Amino acid sequence: MPTDTYGQTRRTFLRRGGAVCSALLTGGVQGWLGSQVTFAAVPPQSRLVISRDPNLRSTPTSLDSSRLVNCLDRAMQALHDCDSPLEAWRKVVRPGEVVGLKVNCLAGRGNCTRPELVNAVCERLQQAGIKDIVIWDRLNSDLESAHFKIVERGSGIRCFGNDVLGFDEDLAVFGNVGSLVAKTLTQVCDAVINLPVLKDHGIAGVTIALKSMFGAIHNPNKYHVNVCDPYVADVNMLPPIRRKVRLHICDATTAQYEGGPSFMPHWTWPYNGLLVSRDPVALDYTGWQIIEKKRAEVGMKSLLEMKREPTYISTAADAQHKLGNYDPDFIKVVEV
Amino acid sequence: MATKYDLRLLEAEPPAESAGLAWDRRSFLKAASLPCLAACAAAAMGGRNAVPLFAAPLAEDDSQFVKEARFYDKQPYRKIKCKLCPRGCAIDDRERGYCGVRENRGGTYYTLVHSRVVTAHIDPIEKKPLFHFLPGTVAFSIAAAGCNVNCKMCQNWDISQVRPEQVRSNYAPPERVAVLAQQNNCPTVAYTYSEPVVFYEYVADTAEAAHRLGVKSVVITGGYIQQEPLEKLCRQVDAIKVDLKGYSEKFYKEVVNGELKPVLDGLVTIRKHGVWNEIVYLVIPTLNDSESEFEGLAKWVKSELGPDVPVHFTRFHPEYLLKNLPPTPVETLERAKAIADAEGLHYVYIGNVPGHPAENTYCPKCRKIVVERTGYTVGTVHIHNNKCQYCQQPIPGVWRS
Repeated sequence: MPTDTYGQTRRTFLRRGGAVCSALLTGGVQGWLGSQVTFAAVPPQSRLVISRDPNLRSTPTSLDSSRLVNCLDRAMQALHDCDSPLEAWRKVVRPGEVVGLKVNCLAGRGNCTRPELVNAVCERLQQAGIKDIVIWDRLNSDLESAHFKIVERGSGIRCFGNDVLGFDEDLAVFGNVGSLVAKTLTQVCDAVINLPVLKDHGIAGVTIALKSMFGAIHNPNKYHVNVCDPYVADVNMLPPIRRKVRLHICDATTAQYEGGPSFMPHWTWPYNGLLVSRDPVALDYTGWQIIEKKRAEVGMKSLLEMKREPTYISTAADAQHKLGNYDPDFIKVVEV
Repeated sequence: MATKYDLRLLEAEPPAESAGLAWDRRSFLKAASLPCLAACAAAAMGGRNAVPLFAAPLAEDDSQFVKEARFYDKQPYRKIKCKLCPRGCAIDDRERGYCGVRENRGGTYYTLVHSRVVTAHIDPIEKKPLFHFLPGTVAFSIAAAGCNVNCKMCQNWDISQVRPEQVRSNYAPPERVAVLAQQNNCPTVAYTYSEPVVFYEYVADTAEAAHRLGVKSVVITGGYIQQEPLEKLCRQVDAIKVDLKGYSEKFYKEVVNGELKPVLDGLVTIRKHGVWNEIVYLVIPTLNDSESEFEGLAKWVKSELGPDVPVHFTRFHPEYLLKNLPPTPVETLERAKAIADAEGLHYVYIGNVPGHPAENTYCPKCRKIVVERTGYTVGTVHIHNNKCQYCQQPIPGVWRS
């Protein structure tokens, strides 16, 4: 980056001055300074539910919606020790909140968060008293390629990419990351449910819950060096992201063990399940092991041997991040 | 993508004005959204001599900016391997490289920033800084979004560290830029502010169009580029200023997110091709300000490039991800200059310290001032026929006849 500037000083002054003025007008200095957030400690043991159904597919390429809802309900009840799915959902969201559903549509219809799953989540959220739901990802075009219908305005369920509202103007910073966070997350949503997919990634090793949050920042291209470590962990530590993401529901109806993040149908397999947890580290660790197991089954080298072991997952659990449990001894996997 | 591009006035910056007062419409719009300062901002804006530089046609998509990229290999499964910068990104379909402005679409690699200008100014050439290249003239200065490194001290991060669709842009094809430069009495077009390497195709095409009108081209770059594209670029532009951001691989890895060696190799290539070259070294307290780094840099420049390459030690101001550090003490810059002088470099400058005597150019033989400068303002030039007018010592550079 050359030293030649194009007016930075004045712009910076105006921006900073504006921030001070805004703070004074809205909450005074106390409010401006009092924005530090404390986060819940990592539980001693994380629970992760794997909910599968061998008959989930009505055809090789389509899902049986009623079985998918059943799969989701079983997972939510098992995760929260509840007798009914609504009781479980009410432990995640509160009526009146605007709930964002972060989907992953980069690979298009072939291997994205399935709209059928998103529909099931929306249905349960609405039954739990949520009126405003926003389905979002990087771009409108990504969502459309995964067969989501763009709805930018109105009440009820909206669906749009970050290119509609753009990004915050002030950098969010943690560790090695400095990024602008999508306004959809920071300004529209009160809570976010992350709905990633289970797949291999040619640079990061795997892309599941943690890496899906690259879709919430303006500059993910800067963070694909060094197997995305520590960048994935750092992005998940950005205050707006850490504060709002409450639950991770990984769509593993179709999983991909090689060739990601693009859709490579010959390297996918029907896992026919969901991985659900409040702990993204536990989920990513478990999902990674599923992918490794599949690679071994088909005679492929491990991700370590391929020099793309997803070390960012353990980084996310270290003392600087504490985003969840990485040690399998502290991850209770419940299969339903 | 449904981004709309509207008509936009970009401001022509008076040559003598300091960088601190220069701002464009994007900055203005951003600031004006803050109600408590809007009135002040509007008042300040009204005092400037705004001229229409680009009349951009409205576009419903970004197709006018998309052209097939140069320097890449196609690979199986619609993947590509970029060969523009040393990073050598391997990119899947629908993904972009590290720079964020080059995208794989179905196995073909595209630049998204051809003719896509995010800011334009008419700057003194001294602001680049180029001190031995047509001093006292102005450069028609343009940038597109994106960069292939991510320096923690970046001063222009809000255009360099973003994707092109995240900032307002204007359509300015090469011929239009060349004509505008000529009409505004700019003998050069400068590709600057962000990182010209990542809008390489636009630079090359614009340089060609500008040359047809007798307008030169200068590139202001971090120099992180592969040899083949650099050698081709050297045949198309008239000067290259390289930001040598540090003199250790550790600094490049931890602060720049790049590598030192390709930049050094590139400097040698530029020298070999005879393109006018100057070096800037931004001195950052505690990170790249050791005497051993200054010595290493000066020795390397002298041995590999020769003593006549101007080296500018410039002052750091806290920005972006390095707001925790103080501005560089002037004494540190003077120490760097003293070390480089002692190593035998002939033209060592101190930058971002307006009024410092080390802004002037001194004849290495008679030690008299041959180019007087205060900030970006050039006083008397005592160079005739490329020689010191006092002692006839040749002064390297590109001087006005």
